[in-house]
Amino acid sequence: MKAYDLIVVGGGPAGLAAAIEAKKDGVDKILVLERDRELGGILQQCIHNGFGLHIFKEELTGPEYAERFIDELKELGIEYRLDTMVLDINEDRILHVISKAEGFVTLEAKAVILAMGCRERTRGALAIPGFRPAGVFTAGTAQRYLNMEGYMVGKKVLILGSGDIGLIMARRLTLEGAKVLGCVELMPFSGGLTRNIVQCLNDYDIPLMLSHTVTDIQGKYRVKGATVMKVDENRRPIPGTEIQFDVDTLLLSVGLIPENELAKGAGVQLDMRTRGAIVNESMETSVPGIFACGNVLHVHDLVDWVTDESRRAGKFAAKFIAKSEWIEEASIETVPGQGIGYIVPQRVRPSQVDQVLELFMRVRDIYVGQTVVVRVDGKEVQAKRRGHMAPGEMERVKLPVSLFDGSGVKKITVDVEDR
Amino acid sequence: MEERKMICISCPIGCRLTVTEENGEYVITGNQCKRGEVYGKKEMTNPTRVVPTTVKIRGARLRRLPVKTHIPLAKPLIFEAMKLINEVEVEAPVKVGDVVIENILDTGVNIVATRSMERTE
Repeated sequence: MKAYDLIVVGGGPAGLAAAIEAKKDGVDKILVLERDRELGGILQQCIHNGFGLHIFKEELTGPEYAERFIDELKELGIEYRLDTMVLDINEDRILHVISKAEGFVTLEAKAVILAMGCRERTRGALAIPGFRPAGVFTAGTAQRYLNMEGYMVGKKVLILGSGDIGLIMARRLTLEGAKVLGCVELMPFSGGLTRNIVQCLNDYDIPLMLSHTVTDIQGKYRVKGATVMKVDENRRPIPGTEIQFDVDTLLLSVGLIPENELAKGAGVQLDMRTRGAIVNESMETSVPGIFACGNVLHVHDLVDWVTDESRRAGKFAAKFIAKSEWIEEASIETVPGQGIGYIVPQRVRPSQVDQVLELFMRVRDIYVGQTVVVRVDGKEVQAKRRGHMAPGEMERVKLPVSLFDGSGVKKITVDVEDR
Repeated sequence: MEERKMICISCPIGCRLTVTEENGEYVITGNQCKRGEVYGKKEMTNPTRVVPTTVKIRGARLRRLPVKTHIPLAKPLIFEAMKLINEVEVEAPVKVGDVVIENILDTGVNIVATRSMERTE
């Protein structure tokens, strides 16, 4: 059994940043395992610009952002394996791994960082009636076909869901000569970044149909059309509102789900809200020595925050490896209150916070001019008015450690309030 | 007095800008940083966009190489530029930043590779 100090599962933006940070913090034997044939993860198909404004202070495309980290990883001499699949991990950090090059291998690590990313929700998850013709793609699959493999997926396209990948693909397909007839969103607001609605839909006069959904897909061998209906406040289609679209392709951009099969197998406790691991301020999961970061932890809208978070995971994994012991300390629970969907991290050990604690969260609805209120065991410690908040845009709250490092603190609650 | 509302796309914050015209000058409010002011004025006078797309590549493991305009291109020229970009075929290896098309449509804008690709044949 080959032993490493640190094994990072996943060679996308999260895994790369975590491995690099751990190496810089003195971890010697690191191995990054990647199931694809190259490093970089999903960034390699995200050829659009908009990455890196926070980390590099310049606007990069996905592949450019990835390449900087891949180059650094190689310069640091960090070992990585491609075309390699992790089959399982147990709580003693023993991994079963398979690849064509080496067959079935057992590896052991002092610490493991989970950075597997997320998967797209599919048609099956939505249960749209109709036949099962060719021409129904998840937006990310279409993105890979078009941007990497060189296949055009369709000529007349309808997009269900207004997540960022769907919006980006609306523009991408338009640029490549397809006609995108609309972007249909079940909710009364978009799940994507506002800037993407502007530069991907509005720029090309693609209508965004809020509170609408696809209720039927026609075509037996290839998509021939789709029926769209308006929905009521309970998201049920309203009879008589049918609109018929003559399309050959339907893209689904209906949400991303952290891919946590390996985490579950290792006994890592998951948060029902994020569908990712429950972690503390150091990105440690409930299993000692197993850390998580990036989209496997919670779905991000900006890779820059993935990098930040993953560096934190790498740094604390290095600390864990150096000390080789779990820091036992009562932790404070973070509680998403009114208007807040989830908070990461879910647990906080004040002694491990370097001056300022950053909480990441998503709101449940669109809020304009509302106040984000933070309470420590019921006592208000911070209230900040926000101009505009939306579920598609992650919110951050910064809390100086002095606000919650008193003894016996149990809960930090965050609410959205109208003041 | 003309007034236009728009959303700044310079960064993901997406500030809601209000642009008003006063004596031929554009005044921008609602921006949180300087980029918003620049964006607002530009949207009124000469809107531009970075265009990310792909070109064909030979001799690499993948069939498409991602490229972009090295600086933003005037919006009305985007589709014309796309036609030219789609006629190009490059040969691996390629380094990130390599110029694929120089001075497209006489705009001073270059089309550059946004990743490196090794030769695999």
